[in-house]
Amino acid sequence: MPSLGVDLSFALDGLSLTFVLLVSGIGALVLIYSGAYFGEQPGGGRFFAYLLLFMGSMLGLVLSDNVITLFVFWELTSISSYLLIGFHHHTETSRASALKALLVTGAGGLLLLAGLLLMMLAAVQLGSPLEEAGRISALFSVDFRQHPLYLPILILLLLGAFTKSAQVPFHFWLPAAMAAPTPVSAYLHSATMVKAGVYLLARFHPILGGTIQWETLLIGVGVLTMLVGAIMAAGQRDLKRILAYSTISVLGILTTLLGVGTVLAVEAAVVFLVAHAFYKAALFMVAGNIDHETGIRDVTRLGGLRSLMPVTAIAGILASMSKAGTPPMFGFIGKEALYTAKLDIETIGLWLIIVAVLANVLLVAMSLVVAIWPFFGSFRQTPKSPHEAPTSMLLGPVLLAGLGMFVGLIPGAFDRSLGSAMATAILGFPVEMKLKLWHGFSRESVFVMALSGFTLATGFLLFKKLRPWLTRTLELACRLEPWGPGIRRAWQEGRLRHELTCRLEPLGPTRAYEGLLAGVTRSAQGVTRLIQSGYLRRYILITILAAVALVSYPLLHSIQPQLSENAWQLRPHEAVVALLILAGAITTVRARYRLTGVAALGVTGLGMALIFVMFGAPDLAITQVMVETLTVILFVLVFYHLPPFVPRSTRRQRFRDLTISIVAGLLMVFVMLATASIHLEPVLTDFFAQQSLSAAHGRNIVNVILVDFRALDTLGEITVLAVAGFGVYALLRLIASQKGEVEK
Amino acid sequence: MKSLILQTASRYLMVLLVIFSVFVLLRGHNEPGGGFVGGLLIAGAFALYALAYEAKEARRLLRLDPRTIIGLGLVTAAGSGLAAVWHGQPFLTGLWLPYPIPFLGKLGTVFFFDLGVYLVVLGTTLLVLFTLEEE
Repeated sequence: MPSLGVDLSFALDGLSLTFVLLVSGIGALVLIYSGAYFGEQPGGGRFFAYLLLFMGSMLGLVLSDNVITLFVFWELTSISSYLLIGFHHHTETSRASALKALLVTGAGGLLLLAGLLLMMLAAVQLGSPLEEAGRISALFSVDFRQHPLYLPILILLLLGAFTKSAQVPFHFWLPAAMAAPTPVSAYLHSATMVKAGVYLLARFHPILGGTIQWETLLIGVGVLTMLVGAIMAAGQRDLKRILAYSTISVLGILTTLLGVGTVLAVEAAVVFLVAHAFYKAALFMVAGNIDHETGIRDVTRLGGLRSLMPVTAIAGILASMSKAGTPPMFGFIGKEALYTAKLDIETIGLWLIIVAVLANVLLVAMSLVVAIWPFFGSFRQTPKSPHEAPTSMLLGPVLLAGLGMFVGLIPGAFDRSLGSAMATAILGFPVEMKLKLWHGFSRESVFVMALSGFTLATGFLLFKKLRPWLTRTLELACRLEPWGPGIRRAWQEGRLRHELTCRLEPLGPTRAYEGLLAGVTRSAQGVTRLIQSGYLRRYILITILAAVALVSYPLLHSIQPQLSENAWQLRPHEAVVALLILAGAITTVRARYRLTGVAALGVTGLGMALIFVMFGAPDLAITQVMVETLTVILFVLVFYHLPPFVPRSTRRQRFRDLTISIVAGLLMVFVMLATASIHLEPVLTDFFAQQSLSAAHGRNIVNVILVDFRALDTLGEITVLAVAGFGVYALLRLIASQKGEVEK
Repeated sequence: MKSLILQTASRYLMVLLVIFSVFVLLRGHNEPGGGFVGGLLIAGAFALYALAYEAKEARRLLRLDPRTIIGLGLVTAAGSGLAAVWHGQPFLTGLWLPYPIPFLGKLGTVFFFDLGVYLVVLGTTLLVLFTLEEE
């Protein structure tokens, strides 16, 4: 659709390529993994269909070169993720979580669409041709930053990205989405779906980035998300929820880095993004293996699995090491790059480092929880007797965890092939990226190393303290009476941290979301009750009143109807017809029996037909006659089913109805006069009169317009007619079948 | 309520009305008439018959289920438009045979479009009427 600036064009650069590789690579591993995870369960085919649908939309999203196409794929990922999260649709939580994810990301998607449309508008105003205005690769040369619409565009776009990438305060859908089957989390919630927002930020960084607004918004939200994610992660005991919250934290880090936008920061973002994709997908699959084999995901109830599931254990530990940022893993390089990038910034650099260290300490502690609690220590009883998972479920985690170490040892494999290209695409100018595991002894690198070491050490200490510390706080809490019994019971059952987060979680945005959802439903019900009363007379009343109000307002303001000179020159037969119509109308209103009323109404209708004949519209006249006839038959058939007519309306109601009728009638007269007093240029009439015979081979202009010139309209009308007919049929049959049931 | 007079009369009227409706449909392109009016006319004919006898009788006379007629009509109308697409012209462009055909006059895809309208109007009206009467 070039006239709208929409086309199906695709472009591949470093950024897209990295995402394509992640999406298809991890996707392939997840597909193999799910084969064994679902085994012979019913509905497996449906699962693979959804997963492939998601994969396709995600590939389309990262490859499309048109903003509208991008949006379409964006929404497709939301829809397919809705289907995937809600895969276990028989459970209530699963459905609610899926809906939550859909509503949050869907709402963000709509805002994104608004932002993209504004952007196209601004591009056109800044002089780019319409066909180019939607093409992302052509937008680099447009300078939006000075345009008055820049801030609205930016905010809308960011809202879209933030909802998708689970930034505070929209993060709450991600932990809820852990209701999804684990392969889905491994795929959607590690490297793809949630990174789509980051992709969007990276994609539009060279177009919109680099301004003070961009930096403030991204860094602010990013830092907040980073902290909230890390803190919330520390309060979890469900393996998948720990991973979900730490993903939120990492997404915050990525947003912050893109907000900073220096060369070093972008490089750090690139490394962090890829490293995170590797280890988080691996960890989710490890969590899936544990869940699959033992039947529980609670870290405090797991232990000693290392001898029973050795391969899973190794993969889990390697991936956690990468997550914690220990050398020689890829995650370590990521963390180094992160600190280096933040050191490089003036003024707020120090603060950013402090926050980043804080968040990372928590993340390290939680990675240790994930790596150590399930696998070491003494074995604990679990619902299922665990043994090693099948090969296809080991392939993914082992490969991804191994890849994390491989790239850590030989970073040259990444920075030259993909890293530089990706950073170039994000920055908009060529950069050469060089990653090293060991940076030598310059002052800066020693400082960064010290920071990394400090993070690890503190994280480890925190981990060591975690169990005793929690026990102590809970003893304290148990003494505080108001919290009393619930907490004590929770402690006895070993659910304390769970209980605490359960109490904290609803205080945040989840509560706002639920309140909003309930509010919308309530107000919709209210409006429905108000408008859909179920009484036909009420509907007719509202329709007429609305029509009168809407028509009379512009009419009274713009047009002065004039009576033409010969308005009162009534010919005798015209007068007779007019009287006939009047008589019919009055009889209808005063009729004591329905049949009388309908017959009188028929007289009015036939009078109208006579008028049509007199003023030269035979087509209308014939149709009018036929419609009148059939209407009478229909009425008779309906009346057969109705109880006898009893006037029930009070005097006041009748007076009200009379007033409304008179007003509506007067308005119609007014409209007629107004129409007659406007002299339209007879362009159309002339055109049809000329073309009817020569172009359409017909002399009846009305018919030629219906079946030839405006045939598409007619086709639409007969379709509506058919649908209406079937609607009536369905309603009647429904009533008939209900009656039949009652009689049985 | 069976009236012998109505029954006898409707049997003759029926034939006349059906012929007349086809006539109206055919002349529609040049004189007042057309698919819509024609469809209403023939529907009126069957309605009369259904009143005189009963809906079941009228259905028997019609042979086809009204729902089928609606479908046929929609397909005919849309199909007449597709003929133009086949010839590389925009959807619903009227195509005409170069020579007039005896009795019918000049024939084109537009006629089939009108026939589709005729069938949809007939089908819809009778669908509602018959269902109401049989209830």
